[in-house]
Amino acid sequence: MHVGLEQYLTVSFLLFALGLLGVIMRRNLLVIYMSLELMLNAANLALVAFSRFNDNLNGQILVFFIITVAAAEVSVGLALIVALYRKRQTAHVEDLTSMKL
Amino acid sequence: MKYEILPWLILFLPLLSAAAITLFTLRCKTMSSLISIGAVAAGFVMTVIFVNANGIHFSGETSTNWLSIGKLNVDFGLKLDALSMMMLFVVTGVGGLIHIYSYAYMDEDPGKARFFAFMSLFTFSMLGIVLANNFLEMFIFWELVGVSSYLLIGFWFEKPSAGDAAKKAFIVNRLGDFGFLLGILMVWGLLGSLNFSALQNSIIANPAALGAMATTAGLLIFCGAVGKSAQFPLHVWLADAMEGPTPVSALIHAATMVAAGVYMLCRVLFLLDADALHVIAYIGGFTALLAALIAVQQNDIKRIIAYSTLSQLGYMVMAVGLNGPTPAMFHLTTHAFFKALLFLSAGSVILGMHHEQDIWQMGNLRKKMPVTFWTFLIGALALSGIPPFSGFYSKDSIFAQCLEQKNYLLFGVAVFVAALTAFYTFRLFFVVFFGKEKSEHAKHAHESSLVITLPLIVLAVFAAIGGFIGVVNNYASQFAPDHETLSFAQQLMEPLKTPIPMLIGIGVALLGIFLAFSLYKNATNDPLPAKLGKLAEAMKNRFYFDEIYEATFIRAHDFIATVADWIDRWLVEGFCIGAIRGGTDLSGRALRLMQTGNLQTYAFLFVLGVALLLYFVLGK
Repeated sequence: MHVGLEQYLTVSFLLFALGLLGVIMRRNLLVIYMSLELMLNAANLALVAFSRFNDNLNGQILVFFIITVAAAEVSVGLALIVALYRKRQTAHVEDLTSMKL
Repeated sequence: MKYEILPWLILFLPLLSAAAITLFTLRCKTMSSLISIGAVAAGFVMTVIFVNANGIHFSGETSTNWLSIGKLNVDFGLKLDALSMMMLFVVTGVGGLIHIYSYAYMDEDPGKARFFAFMSLFTFSMLGIVLANNFLEMFIFWELVGVSSYLLIGFWFEKPSAGDAAKKAFIVNRLGDFGFLLGILMVWGLLGSLNFSALQNSIIANPAALGAMATTAGLLIFCGAVGKSAQFPLHVWLADAMEGPTPVSALIHAATMVAAGVYMLCRVLFLLDADALHVIAYIGGFTALLAALIAVQQNDIKRIIAYSTLSQLGYMVMAVGLNGPTPAMFHLTTHAFFKALLFLSAGSVILGMHHEQDIWQMGNLRKKMPVTFWTFLIGALALSGIPPFSGFYSKDSIFAQCLEQKNYLLFGVAVFVAALTAFYTFRLFFVVFFGKEKSEHAKHAHESSLVITLPLIVLAVFAAIGGFIGVVNNYASQFAPDHETLSFAQQLMEPLKTPIPMLIGIGVALLGIFLAFSLYKNATNDPLPAKLGKLAEAMKNRFYFDEIYEATFIRAHDFIATVADWIDRWLVEGFCIGAIRGGTDLSGRALRLMQTGNLQTYAFLFVLGVALLLYFVLGK
């Protein structure tokens, strides 16, 4: 079976949709965070696929940047979640509605 | 024109004084009063210097462009001619004496500094009216006079009656000013200028320039004079204005503010056509009669003099209406002397009587207050028109003017009013200075200090000789250029040229005095109500004008105000504004429901938004 751009993009779309579903449906902040990473990697996959099929390295360079930024973001985000957990003793989004009027 | 700077200084010194007192010396009473007196006295001295240098029979203007918008060019300028020079003498001279008098009169008042600041502001405004060379400038000072008279009448604002009187004076004046402003706009619209000289030239060039609106424009301008000079039907403010301190009454209601209306009419006489003059003459005559009748039955010493002022103003307006600006201004000047004298003498009596103003509480003050007695007598004789006092000459010139215009009705009114004038003046005189002391205060009355009696004496001299010291020459040179200058003796004998009005005038004045003498020589209460019955009651109640206005205009105004209030409260605020406010509020409440605070709801909506956007961008 020939694996073309369409197949890559389909996988990328499925990954993205799964991540989005996780972000919307799951209650635990950590899991939401993992789903977010999934969405980022779906985007990475699409970029790499475009890069490969267009014979152009720009997309891959962009992926490296995204991975770097994501690593930084994870460290900050996890630190925030830990701090939040220490303060509220919970990591469930239903309990974090103090922005509501 | 030599010393052109002097009139500017005369005008602005009182303003500087008012500013200096308000900003710096409000805590120092003596300093404040000296600044204020200095400003007006300097004004008098500068007027003398200016007139000496230029002579009084000249006509000039000094002005600077103030604003120009499209076709409208307004100067801020000073009109300098015999008319304004004579008025400068009256305002700074009589006004200066009143300032000096106030120094002693207001001595115990804690607000003395404030009083002098207001006096200076008033003097500035009045000088502005006198010197203005165009309608707009005059109107601004006209309103300033209204404001400063409001401040002065309401000087003792902690008394509710003074506050009310101040408001009444201001509002009634505004009514007249409204007509005045319309008149000014009409003149500007028709003739395209506001400058008095330019207006006069265009009227001379084309007497029908105002066309069909001539009478309307003239009467609208007259509205201003009706308000300021307290003519019927806006005469009601003047008597109430007696709530102010007595020097204020002398300054505002004798020498200056009420004279502004007459002065303005004389200034713009060329704009008034025959029909307008006719109305003016009859309103003046009616006011003179009405006020004289009311004065007969008043018991407050200041109110009697106030109604007498109204009556004399009626004379002046009538004289203007009879095309006699010279007699009108002549009477205005002599009236400024003797009426200021009467007011200030009354103030001296009030001081001596420990602020008692009811004449039936006084009596026999002749012995206790000799200087006041003599000065008051001179003022009363001048007011009644007894020769050779000043009032005789000016009043006689008005009588002669009536006959010259062959207006026998107004001549009859004028003569009758003259009799009434002599009667009520000497009623006051006999009750206050003769007979028995009618209260304890009267027994312990004392003569006032020299600072008070000195201005009285100076004014008394002028009230006595004012009729033949050249006043009439100066006015005649303004209004009738071919008028020959009369020598001293000619002025003294001037009334003899028209013996009929002179003899009638003297006769009715003596009759009035005799009647007052026989009725009030030793009276302890008023014998007139018993003789006149209902009429005396009506006179005492000022012919119920206040009550009539209360029942008609004020009621109607209250009704309109209630309706307007209802519309504002329910239609404008309740319905229109309420709907907008309620709609915003309601949609705000609905939109607030979307703010759940749940992170995932936001994320879901965000994705939904992206999906919609993608659909619209790519799906088509």
